[in-house]
Amino acid sequence: MTQADKITQDLTPEDFRFASRSEQIKDKKPETKPIGYFRDAWRRFKKNKASIVALCIIVFLILFAIIVPLISSFSISFSDPVYRNRIPKNSTLAHIGIATGEYSNELNQRAFEYYAAIGIGAAYDKETDTEDNTQGVGGEYAAIRSVKGTTASNRTKVKMDAYLEIGFRRLSVTREEYDQIVAYEQETGNTVLYPVIDSSKVNQTFVIDSTDANYWYEMDSSGRAVKDAQGNSKDIYLRDSDGNALYFQNRDANGLYIRVLYHNYFIFKNGHAPEFLFGTNSVGQDIVVRLASGIQLSLLLAFGVSVINLLIGAIYGTVEGYYGGKVDLIMERIVDILSGVPFIIVATLFQLHLANSVGIVPSLLFAFVLTGWIGTSRRVRTQFYRFKGQEYVLAARTLGASDARLMFKHIFPNTLGTIITSSVLVIPSVIFSESMLTYLGIVNLSGTSMTSIGAMLSDGQAVLASFPHVIFFPAIVISLLMISFNLFGNGLRDAFNPSLRGVDE
Amino acid sequence: MAKYVIKRILLLFFTLFIIMTICFVLVKLLEPNEILDVTQAEREEAIRDALGYNEPILIQYMIYWKNILTKFDFGVSFEIEYLGSVNGIIEDRLLPTILINVYALVFSVPIGIALGVAAALKKNRWQDHTISTLVMLFVSVPSFVYAFVLQYFLGAKLGWFPIQMESLAETGSYFTWGMFVSMILPVLALSFGSIASLARFTRAELAESLTSDYMLLARAKGLSKGQATLRHALKNAMVPILPTIIAMFANILSGSLIIERIFSVPGIGGLYIQSIQELDYNVFMAVTIFYTFIGLAANIIVDLSYGFLDPRIRMGAKK
Repeated sequence: MTQADKITQDLTPEDFRFASRSEQIKDKKPETKPIGYFRDAWRRFKKNKASIVALCIIVFLILFAIIVPLISSFSISFSDPVYRNRIPKNSTLAHIGIATGEYSNELNQRAFEYYAAIGIGAAYDKETDTEDNTQGVGGEYAAIRSVKGTTASNRTKVKMDAYLEIGFRRLSVTREEYDQIVAYEQETGNTVLYPVIDSSKVNQTFVIDSTDANYWYEMDSSGRAVKDAQGNSKDIYLRDSDGNALYFQNRDANGLYIRVLYHNYFIFKNGHAPEFLFGTNSVGQDIVVRLASGIQLSLLLAFGVSVINLLIGAIYGTVEGYYGGKVDLIMERIVDILSGVPFIIVATLFQLHLANSVGIVPSLLFAFVLTGWIGTSRRVRTQFYRFKGQEYVLAARTLGASDARLMFKHIFPNTLGTIITSSVLVIPSVIFSESMLTYLGIVNLSGTSMTSIGAMLSDGQAVLASFPHVIFFPAIVISLLMISFNLFGNGLRDAFNPSLRGVDE
Repeated sequence: MAKYVIKRILLLFFTLFIIMTICFVLVKLLEPNEILDVTQAEREEAIRDALGYNEPILIQYMIYWKNILTKFDFGVSFEIEYLGSVNGIIEDRLLPTILINVYALVFSVPIGIALGVAAALKKNRWQDHTISTLVMLFVSVPSFVYAFVLQYFLGAKLGWFPIQMESLAETGSYFTWGMFVSMILPVLALSFGSIASLARFTRAELAESLTSDYMLLARAKGLSKGQATLRHALKNAMVPILPTIIAMFANILSGSLIIERIFSVPGIGGLYIQSIQELDYNVFMAVTIFYTFIGLAANIIVDLSYGFLDPRIRMGAKK
């Protein structure tokens, strides 16, 4: 009889008893609150100041894109070619000295008279048939807001208002519109209509543009105003036989020519003064509203691409990584071929083929999605290779878990951190590519219903030297978008994968 | 090694072939060019017929390939230069693109590496923080924004450099002083991004090798800090940096598209945009092949260069 036999023979069931029958055995409860994966990541993210600032900028830009079209007095389709390339103006902000709509200029004497005449002519008094010479500089509608001195070459340094310098315009209107303007003038007391000029008396060599009606005074052959003994300019208004100034000139059976002070005519047309917070572009569209629309498009497209890429990439990478072997080999070759296609060529071909049938933006989206998911799928695949052989997966498989359960319940959560990070970092690259394509004109988005930052940059580049404000605002916004999304993405990556902190690729 | 190289090259041509096929079919599905000169319609039809434009797509594709393989001929242009050879058009446009990129590379590589080394040596000091912040800014801000800033301040305001590149007709050659000065702005605009990304990469690599054990050993042997950094850390850090420079060259060759447009450089990028706008299909196909080939070839060269630079890295080894 061996030792072992002896022990088993000697033991009877009565020799055993339950260690603790009544009470349940439990692990000791954690003394602190449990911290989940996302809460932990958030805690780390909060420590990164740059990322928090970036997040605030992103939120600000999103709010800007949503709120501006709602509160703006202009719609995206608004355009007024008379006020093209105007610099920023806002009467509220003007009190603190920004967006005053004023700029410095140097005028020779002829030009000085021309601009001063706008203010003088706008102060025309119907009753006495006279202008007010004091209104030439700093008057209510004066183009010259103030005089700063003279230069060595006898030019006058002045501050000009970019909106009032438009002055008077000669317009062709219907009789109904004329009646409406007269009714509006009586109702509000604003003067829109001014006496029509006798065009036969205008020195045509100085007229630049056929709608310009600022030469209401008599000029000599050198373009200087002819003044009487009191220093007043002589008007050249069209008058009837009794000497009364006429306010319209017949064009044909149902049309009239009128002369309006464009600033007030704009108020009559639009119900508010011409003020554009970021100025206007080369066709007279409001830059703020178009910028908001551009941000909307960029962000919607970027979020859309990011979500779709995440879905396709995650599924593709999961299947590839989980099954491995032949499936992986074939799927990897497909990825190799797709990743060799330059994006710009895909985008071009999609535009040429699909833009007419499905629209410009959807075909742009397809182009982004066609090759965009590859990065995500590669990351997911790598994570699957790392985790699929681990013991806990084997244990789950032994317990009879299905493939789908193993993939999505057990392995996939390990990839969450990397794919969230990568899908945030996709956003700036989509914004960049989109603005590049629209800038180059491969994708044409400069219409009246929608626009993109790239198209605005392209508009602005044409007038870069003379009107830098047209390009300034879109350039600032796209830089802010790119910087803040990159910083935010880097912050997320550090938060989700603390081991990668400081690695920049 | 040889087997790996051959495998990669075969894969390159296979990929190129598939992409070319898809592009060819898609391009041929588009409306053919309108005949511009109606009086020449008959002659034009005859030319197109002779070029095989009325055959089925498959036959056309075979003709296309036959011309490429036997004569390296990518067809003729109809819009950009009427009946001009596509090869000739591309050759004319290649030089400005290459020049600008080479200048940009010559300018940005030393500065980028120097900034990266400075940041790594002064890691976590104010110098590092300054460089890293600037790098973050310059990596994120799109290259066309610098281009506008340069164009406005250095070009329009100060008038130091011409806003646009001089045309070849005015200067006669790409190697004149006036031409070089007019290329400075596009070169600068291209360089900022490369300087920033190179500095970032160099910093990361060098910071890692500076803390390695062999550095400790080198110092223990009695090398000064400078000697150890130059001979050991920098040498090791260069192994991943050099392939990055090669990749950068390939990338700016295709990435200068927007810069070429802004400064009206008569390069490949401009040609590509022009071929899309004027729907010059043969030129479009040829430039597409050019870009695809550059991209694929750069990948292979980058991968192979690791093996040449550092014999410890075995190519094609199973991970």
